[in-house]
Amino acid sequence: MKAPRPLRAKTIVMVTLAVVASPIAAGEIPADQRRSSYDVMSHETQAMQDDDASNPGMLWVLDGEALWHLKTGTADKACTDCHGEASASMKGIATRYPAFDAERGRALDLTQRINLCRNEHQNATSLPYESKELLALTAYVARLSRGLPIADPAADERLGASIEAGRQTFNRRQGQLNLTCAQCHDDNWNKQLAGNPVTQGQVTGYPLYRLEWQGIGSLQRRMRNCMIGMRAEPFEYGAPELVDLELFMKWRSRGLRIETPAVRP
Amino acid sequence: MARALISVPAKAGRGEIIAIKALISHHMETGFRHSTTGQLIARDIITSFVCRYNGEEIFRADLFPATAANPFISFYTRATESGTIVFEWTGDNGFAATEQAAISVE
Repeated sequence: MKAPRPLRAKTIVMVTLAVVASPIAAGEIPADQRRSSYDVMSHETQAMQDDDASNPGMLWVLDGEALWHLKTGTADKACTDCHGEASASMKGIATRYPAFDAERGRALDLTQRINLCRNEHQNATSLPYESKELLALTAYVARLSRGLPIADPAADERLGASIEAGRQTFNRRQGQLNLTCAQCHDDNWNKQLAGNPVTQGQVTGYPLYRLEWQGIGSLQRRMRNCMIGMRAEPFEYGAPELVDLELFMKWRSRGLRIETPAVRP
Repeated sequence: MARALISVPAKAGRGEIIAIKALISHHMETGFRHSTTGQLIARDIITSFVCRYNGEEIFRADLFPATAANPFISFYTRATESGTIVFEWTGDNGFAATEQAAISVE
């Protein structure tokens, strides 16, 4: 009988496929291994972040503090007129954003919330994404949560669909390089890419000062950078897909402490 | 005026060596870059930094196009007497900024 031959070949092919396929299954980073990329920075950059007198992100925080007290828009109101002193009213806020907005039925990130406040309560125009003023206000508010753990966004059931959409974007192959976010940040975070640590992509320090940018930038800017790196068409600033992704990133980083304004190479 | 952050100890013992730090917001445009339309972007940098302790110059630095944005300068001096430490930055396009801090020496 000559029957077994083709069967055996088929088995080999199937075994090979199984071996190749197994590393693709992305694994979530266990809670005890989650860490900020602060830990893999050089001591010099860590020292720069640790000392408020040398952390250039503090320049934006101080600008944000001034803007918080500045009356603006046709309503001629400052943030303080509704919220009072930010040190009390804004503490912990950044740990809970992006948050669900019942009126709009979707998640909003901190910059969008600040702009809505301007539109609705100050009768002022929206500040453009990545503008100095919007980054300054966001950095000021987020810094008031420094040291506090990131809340689990899944605790709000209304955010479930957004987190799931973000997870799908995170695990979807994109761009000419055909990569997913997870391939670097879940599967290879303890390795190096072109001599630099890959990092887990934990979102503890945004908006943060990047030495490469010579300025402060938002998480959306960082995510768009990654997409350009994958040679994908990045989502527009403020796109719901980016907010969903931000939310999923927050979920991945739950429990880690806020470092805003962080300094990164 | 540009936002600046300076750090001087409020109190020091006489003769003690103290650390002084000065950080200022400035984009330090090199003058070597081109805009998206191919135009050369004119140089706009801080060119000089001076620190005076009760009127006496204790530190001076010249800055050049290779200096990164938001320059941070840190140095040491000996606390000799109570008074004020004044920081001055000057640069292109009439840029000028001044900050000061009080120090009490016992």
